[in-house]
Amino acid sequence: MLRLENLTMVVENNQGENREIIRDINAEFEAGKVYGITGPNGGGKTSLAKLIMGIYMPSQGRIYLQDQDITPLSISERARLGIIYAFQQPPRFKGLTVKDLLNIARPGIDNLHLRSTLRDVGLCPEDYMDRDVGPGLSGGEMKRIEMAQTLAREAVISIMDEPEAGVDLWTIQKLIAVIVGKYKKNPRLTTIIITHNENMLHICDEVLVLESGMLVHRGTPEKIWPHIRDEIECKMKEQCSGEVAYEIR
Amino acid sequence: MKFDDIQANLLKTIANLDGVPQGAVNIRIDGSPALRHSSPNIQIIPKQDKPGFDLEVAPGTKGETVHVPVILTKSGLTDMVYNTFIIGEAADVTIIAGCGIHNSSHMNSQHDGIHEFILYPHSKLRYVEKHYGEGSGQGKKILNPTTTVQVAEGATIEMEMVQIAGVDDAVRTTTVHIQEKGYVKMIERLLTHGDQHAESHVEMHIDGPGGSGQVLSRSVAKENSEQVFRAALIGKADCAGHVECDSIIMDHSKIRAIPQLVAEDANAVLTHEAAIGRIAGEQLIKLMSLGLTEQQAIDTIIEGFLR
Ligand SMILES: Nc1ncnc2c1ncn2[C@@H]1O[C@H](COP(=O)(O)OP(=O)(O)OP(=O)(O)O)[C@@H](O)[C@H]1O
Ligand SMILES: [Mg+2]
Repeated sequence: MLRLENLTMVVENNQGENREIIRDINAEFEAGKVYGITGPNGGGKTSLAKLIMGIYMPSQGRIYLQDQDITPLSISERARLGIIYAFQQPPRFKGLTVKDLLNIARPGIDNLHLRSTLRDVGLCPEDYMDRDVGPGLSGGEMKRIEMAQTLAREAVISIMDEPEAGVDLWTIQKLIAVIVGKYKKNPRLTTIIITHNENMLHICDEVLVLESGMLVHRGTPEKIWPHIRDEIECKMKEQCSGEVAYEIR
Repeated sequence: MKFDDIQANLLKTIANLDGVPQGAVNIRIDGSPALRHSSPNIQIIPKQDKPGFDLEVAPGTKGETVHVPVILTKSGLTDMVYNTFIIGEAADVTIIAGCGIHNSSHMNSQHDGIHEFILYPHSKLRYVEKHYGEGSGQGKKILNPTTTVQVAEGATIEMEMVQIAGVDDAVRTTTVHIQEKGYVKMIERLLTHGDQHAESHVEMHIDGPGGSGQVLSRSVAKENSEQVFRAALIGKADCAGHVECDSIIMDHSKIRAIPQLVAEDANAVLTHEAAIGRIAGEQLIKLMSLGLTEQQAIDTIIEGFLR
């Protein structure tokens, strides 16, 4: 179980003023459940994920993993305790292959597992195993390789940052099936999916909405989705001065 | 022929040799030839007027590999050698060279190899050369290879030059001439650390129409080391040439990369790309989030980059 307690993160903007990008967040993420985090661009989703991974340090608050305070721990230490974060924009590496990265994610991974993991994200193992994770891969391919590392690692806490972004519809369906099959039914694992995709949100046990760094809603997808829909509609009206450009179901 | 442990280890590192290889071979140890074998198609003949050999590959020879490593285990020695490689018409062979130095004294060890490659029409050569130094003494390990390459019509050479560890001082000078439809690909991989200094000066003349040449350099400079990479492409005909140097700079090291393009024909297409930069923070973070320590992440990135 992962627990966030009064988590706050302050950054300094260009003008030298302080700005809270994460504001006093309290949340618990239990094992055996899949959580969705959604909300407007710039709402703080990636920042929250980076705080959990140890990439960012909070200005206030604490993070607990199975009741151990991991707030002071480094990225590597948290990774070894069982947290993984699949990047929204994965970096590229000249000279490292897909196979190399999967081997790092899952030391000693055997060939069979490696191939099935690549197939799970819709990549043909023959074509991709030895490819350089460099400038020669498309954005969607990078995202799938990032997901493959997460799947291979089977971490206790997996945070996926918009795994569907830039990925074709067919693969999204496949990813959803894999997440359901692999994570939702595993009582040991906690999964957090940051997403803007309705289908992804609907497989979650619980959805959290982050806006302006604050946790504004939390509940089942059935309960939360109407809120999100209404809010999108409101925003549209505001932006289009009363004229709704198109209806949202 | 038996090698002692130091020699065996050097040979393994620079030429991937376990014992005496099959086929033509020339092993030079501490300034004199230690082992020399010709094969029916590949003759290795000592030069009469100076140290070194002429290696002649008969026209049409296919698929043979020659090993010509040099090792130095005695310090205070400056070994100078002149080797000529003649690749006969339409031959297709591989040459594995390399120089390994073991020096645990306070005196310098130096090897200056003067290599000349003459490729006859439509021949094909893959040349691999590794530089390596070891030993804990104060004495410097110095390598100054000078290489000239003549590529005749339709001939192809792929050269891979690698220096990964232990060489204190290296100045590499390479001059290439490419004739009609000849092709050259030169790959350099270099890692320097400590107070090491490495320079590479490449001059590639593409003299014949349809000729093409590529110079690719990947390097990593750590600690206080210094690197200079200078590559000039001179296009004198309807030809294509490309220089690419990509470096990772760390600590207090210095890197100078100077690509130069000289076109003397309106149909010459010459391009270059040069980039020097630190390891990106995102790359380190990514690997650390998979459980590597920062140092392991750095090593992994460098190893991949130089592979
Ligand atoms: N390291 C940082 N320094 C300064 N500002 C930051 C930093 N990281 C994020 N921010 C700011 O914090 C806010 C939240 O960013 P974040 O990336 O967490 O949003 P997000 O919810 O993931 O958005 P998106 O849906 O576009 O991915 C943004 O306004 C962003 O500009
Ligand atoms: Mg984001």
